[in-house]
Amino acid sequence: MSASDPRPAAPRAAPALPGVAGNPRRPYVRPMAGWWLRNPYFVRYMAREGTAVFVAAYALILLVGLVRLAQGEAAWNGWLEALRSPLSTILHLVFLAVFVFHTVTWFEVLPKTMPPLLVGGKRVAQSAITAGAIAVAAAASLALFGIVWGLTR
Amino acid sequence: MNHSANPRRPAQTRRSPEPIFWALFGAGGMLSALIAPMLVLITGIAVPLGLLLPADAMSYHNMLALAQNPLGKAILLAVVALFFWHAAHRIFHSLHDLGIDAGNGARLIFYGAAFLATLAAAGALLLLGF
Repeated sequence: MSASDPRPAAPRAAPALPGVAGNPRRPYVRPMAGWWLRNPYFVRYMAREGTAVFVAAYALILLVGLVRLAQGEAAWNGWLEALRSPLSTILHLVFLAVFVFHTVTWFEVLPKTMPPLLVGGKRVAQSAITAGAIAVAAAASLALFGIVWGLTR
Repeated sequence: MNHSANPRRPAQTRRSPEPIFWALFGAGGMLSALIAPMLVLITGIAVPLGLLLPADAMSYHNMLALAQNPLGKAILLAVVALFFWHAAHRIFHSLHDLGIDAGNGARLIFYGAAFLATLAAAGALLLLGF
């Protein structure tokens, strides 16, 4: 390799793709690390997909709660007490923000995954489907709150 | 002899389980899109802090009644299991975007975790009785 060669040295260790890494001709391979950081559209895409990590974390907290409930009153009260810690409140505020983002992005994708919706022979705009679905989610959320409020007051 | 409708593609000999995982992903995504923000607000903020709802709304007595009610059981299982299946499928498919070559090992880890979580939730609900 000449000193003026601007290309990085071919990786010698652990060639992942035969014929590319470890190839003595060192063909140019476009680096993929952080590819999604170069375009705001892909940053939003990755954020959208990343909400799943928070869904998993919240589901795990709920699952632990179910298991603690099955273990008896003392175990359940311990789980409830943990939910009152400031750290838990902060975590749930993060969950809340992320889940609102999940709701919006989920319903942004919805019209792209369903057959065209026709009303009066005209195709309903994707933005209208998204807005309608978000309204349904708001109604479902209010209904859930109302049910919990009615059952526990 | 090729029996496939498309002569360029070989006849499918083995059905992919992907539609099942996709359906679970979709169901969990839809359920969480509809109620997850409110659920977090209730279980993680309002009740623990005693805001909007009574602080004893999630008392042992109340939650036992919910978990012993057949409809309550179904709702609790649906929320926990579908949220897990949704997350597992989505994270698994994001591995490729992160440059991770995910194969059957990763499938086993993610779908296996969702399966174990479903079993744990169902087991706890069965233990709680009717």
